[in-house]
Amino acid sequence: MLYIKCPHCGMRSQNEFSYGGDATIKRPELGKEISDQDWDNFVYNRKSLRGKHWELWQHLSGCRQWIKVQRDTATHEIFKTLKANEEIS
Amino acid sequence: MTQSFRLESGGLINRDKKISFKFNGKNYYGYEGDTLASALIANGVHLIGRSFKYHRPRGFFGAGVDEPYAIVQLYRNGETEPNIKATEQELFEGLEAKSVNCWPSVNFDVGAINNFLKIFLPAGFYYKTFMWPKSFWYKIYEPFIRRAAGLGTASIKHDKERYEHKYEYCDLLITGSGPSGLASAYSAAKNGAKVILAEDKSRFGGTLLTSEVNIGNQSGKEWADSIISELKEMPNVTVKNRSQVFGYYDHNMLVMSERISDHLPKTKKFHPKQRLWYIRAKEVLISSGSIERPIVFGNNDTPGVMLSSAAKEYLKVYGVLVGKKPLVFTNNDSGYETAIEFKKNGIDPIILDTRKEPQSEIIEEAKNMNINIKNSYVVVAAQGYKKVKSADIAKISDNKEELGSIENIECDCICVSGFWTPTIHLASQSGNKTKFNEDIDAFVPGISKQNEKTLGAANGIYTLEETLKDSFENGNLLSKKITNNENKISFPNVVEKKSTVHDKFWCVPLPKGKNYKRFLDFQNDVAVSDIEIALKEGYRSIEHVKRYTTLGMATDQGKTSNLNGLQLVSKIENKVVPAVGHTTFRPPYSPVSIGAIVGREVGKHSKPTRKSPMHSWHEKNNAVFVDAGVWLRPRYYKRGEENLFEASKREARNVRTNVGVCDVTTLGKIDIKGPDAAELLNRVYTNAWLKLPVGKARYGVMLREDGIVMDDGTTTRISENHYHMTTTTAQAANVLSHLEYYLQLVWPELNVNVVSTTEQWAGAAIAGPKSREVLKKLFPNTDVTNEGLPFMGYMEGDLFGVKAKIFRISFSGELAYEVNVESDYGYFMWEKIIEVGEEFGIQPYGTEALSTLRIEMGHVAGSELDGRTIPYDNSLEGLLSKKKDFIGKRSLSRKAFAAEDRQKIVGVVPLDKKTSIPEGSHLVKDSNAPLPNPKLGYISASCWSVEHDNPFSLAILKDGKNMIGEKLFVMSPLKNKVIPVEIVSSHYVDPKGERVRS
Repeated sequence: MLYIKCPHCGMRSQNEFSYGGDATIKRPELGKEISDQDWDNFVYNRKSLRGKHWELWQHLSGCRQWIKVQRDTATHEIFKTLKANEEIS
Repeated sequence: MTQSFRLESGGLINRDKKISFKFNGKNYYGYEGDTLASALIANGVHLIGRSFKYHRPRGFFGAGVDEPYAIVQLYRNGETEPNIKATEQELFEGLEAKSVNCWPSVNFDVGAINNFLKIFLPAGFYYKTFMWPKSFWYKIYEPFIRRAAGLGTASIKHDKERYEHKYEYCDLLITGSGPSGLASAYSAAKNGAKVILAEDKSRFGGTLLTSEVNIGNQSGKEWADSIISELKEMPNVTVKNRSQVFGYYDHNMLVMSERISDHLPKTKKFHPKQRLWYIRAKEVLISSGSIERPIVFGNNDTPGVMLSSAAKEYLKVYGVLVGKKPLVFTNNDSGYETAIEFKKNGIDPIILDTRKEPQSEIIEEAKNMNINIKNSYVVVAAQGYKKVKSADIAKISDNKEELGSIENIECDCICVSGFWTPTIHLASQSGNKTKFNEDIDAFVPGISKQNEKTLGAANGIYTLEETLKDSFENGNLLSKKITNNENKISFPNVVEKKSTVHDKFWCVPLPKGKNYKRFLDFQNDVAVSDIEIALKEGYRSIEHVKRYTTLGMATDQGKTSNLNGLQLVSKIENKVVPAVGHTTFRPPYSPVSIGAIVGREVGKHSKPTRKSPMHSWHEKNNAVFVDAGVWLRPRYYKRGEENLFEASKREARNVRTNVGVCDVTTLGKIDIKGPDAAELLNRVYTNAWLKLPVGKARYGVMLREDGIVMDDGTTTRISENHYHMTTTTAQAANVLSHLEYYLQLVWPELNVNVVSTTEQWAGAAIAGPKSREVLKKLFPNTDVTNEGLPFMGYMEGDLFGVKAKIFRISFSGELAYEVNVESDYGYFMWEKIIEVGEEFGIQPYGTEALSTLRIEMGHVAGSELDGRTIPYDNSLEGLLSKKKDFIGKRSLSRKAFAAEDRQKIVGVVPLDKKTSIPEGSHLVKDSNAPLPNPKLGYISASCWSVEHDNPFSLAILKDGKNMIGEKLFVMSPLKNKVIPVEIVSSHYVDPKGERVRS
């Protein structure tokens, strides 16, 4: 079970969180024209990376905040966690 | 029976307390502090089971967790448990155990015929033999294998015992209370660190209990006892015996199983049987010690052949002789310690040492005691079937390949020592890159991935002095890092006998003309010849060899067999052992009971049960409940001898003709506040929300980004910046997360707050043509006329002094209202509704009638919004705004979603107007078409229409738009039904929707 640092609450076990997928995906702006390909990339197409990966988790049984977690998908090492409004650098 | 193998005195058992137990139906006695194994050996019982494949007789091989043979079926307090190691099971009054894998009895076992047919059971036997003919598998092979295989029988009764889970955090977790565990725990505890010290056995001290050493002015055992009692007094230390850390998981989380009651005749009141600890440790010190490994020779599985360290443990801890004519077969000095212990107790052992001229303090001592030592000697084969009777021994050449002439000597046990294998399981599980240590012919931990360090014998350090020094130091350093305290401990003076190097000899060659089975894996009957066959057949990777031969795959997970297996593969392949590598260590280290893993989450406790504030009223009024997600909801209210069908029809009919009331507390409710609340709703729902006036409700549908309908419900504008959203019962949690996702990550500029209020409000739906009359009585001071409170209107009211929210919304298609009050007043509200409604014939209705009403009205619910349908499929396309964008809108223009013959919701009526249609059935054009019959759609929900008094179903049907009036067939192969049906509109009742507005 992973041990995740919630930027709001501190170190918490994985069972308090739910996984939310790739954190680098940006939702296209509302009302903007977009090609089928670009829309498909937003909705469906994801890379299954081995290695460092920014992903979303929600601290569901805690503060209910969505957070960004940089995790190694092969080793589970967590390098950094950010609040929802903090930019991935 | 007398305990003829028990010494007059000695051991750590309590001789004042006799304990009676049963094995295979016979009564025996042992002492408090015995294991089942030590008590059986004391009584001269050496035959305990039959081997897995060949059904060869099995005795005892070890004295603890490494035991491959002595697995029994245990009976305790009216329950039975398989896969219990006799070497681990502590004796309790009334214990009963039986042999496994033998029939009709352990002494006469029919399956032993496999032993004589063993030419037919070589490596990969199952893969080779049971392949053909294919049709034999199901009826002949599988039942045969299932009966022949398996060590014991699981109970099929409900387990009455309680198992608990516990979460714990500590600075240092130390696994094992041998010298390294005690020393590191002590120095870390002295620095103020929060320490957990876990010991698998019942006694603390590990090898200190059996070795002849002195620490300071105390014996090893005295030192261990004093350290433990000091640790137990310290508030920052948790000391646990009978607790095995069996798994090392990510981010330094380890799992430990504590056997709280297994050593007692029955579990004490309010105690669990076992407790599973999830421990998050800052640092882990692995002090799990080492396991002696066997030397491979002919018939080395005969009962009476056992590890020399086990023989010593039975002597020193239990005062039990494993034999009276022992032969010690060793390649290192450890065997001498066992021989000396025998000699001290008046038994004359013979030592066969594979080494030519070894010299050390221990060997000197053995010589001084006049123990018969034969150098450059090996055991070629054990003789005897159910027990060792003698041994064929021979001199071995210096290159260890040639055997001298065979001599036979009488003996009743052979104590083997092939040196020591560090227990690296936990380190390896943690991701540690293990390395091969040539000096000890075994793998030791290498580079750590997590915060763990391995100490003492588990790290290949076999002298006490070095172990203690290293452990004190590491305990001190690691705890200092955490607590910033340092309390140096003066290092005690250690007295131990020095030993000399071991002989890298592990397998006795076969004498000419003999074909003895030489076993590597004792539990799975894997012999040297099996590995040879596997390699001949081309298996190379050690992982493949393992699976093909089942080496190391039994319940003991190869604790005594792994390294010898590797030695053999490396020898045949002419590779060094590290090039062969070892198989992966996986948790659990040894078997853990399913009960402990499941913990308290069984039956009704596997998920929380949520009840509405009106629950007790429903109970009192004969409600039959149904699980709706985690909620319990009334399915129907039973009157007299009614069944579900009759009751739900009555309830639904009463709604259509009079008035009914339904508990809708379980609906998800989300409170939405903020200046941008309307904008959020406008983006989340598919229809327009910006112009909804205060005091009005609106029905909305929300999509996922992929265009699939996520949920529906009504949202009401309570005041300028305050909305009350309702969701379906099942989707409540998901919708909240969904809103939070968009507010926190996608549109953080929106100034809106959302919070779940599902449990803050109790809700009652009052539905039926007479519902307004009920409302008038409930709220005499409020204008609830059609003008005062029109369809989709909202107002607040005073319900006999309780503030209530009144929504004029309808799920049933009738004139209807939903009244919400604060949960604490829910029961009061419900009673009042029933009371004032009595004169109008009000009846409560459950979820079954609720479904009937919505189905015949063509309202969609969870069975249509099943994660596969878009708004069009549910005839909700009228709710798609063309003017604005919303979540998922772009996906709806995908080709498949816009197809002309897209599936759509329809109504289905059987032509005979009688046969009810099973949910989940398929719709086809021709019931006699050859298979696979093209499927046009499926039945999503069925009911008995109370309006038309015939069965009616909703279906999602291909090209549903153009199918109205068509005749099709409903097919349910599961129920063996073919029903001719007609497709009708999904709005089977009041298609114009006049009633809700009346």
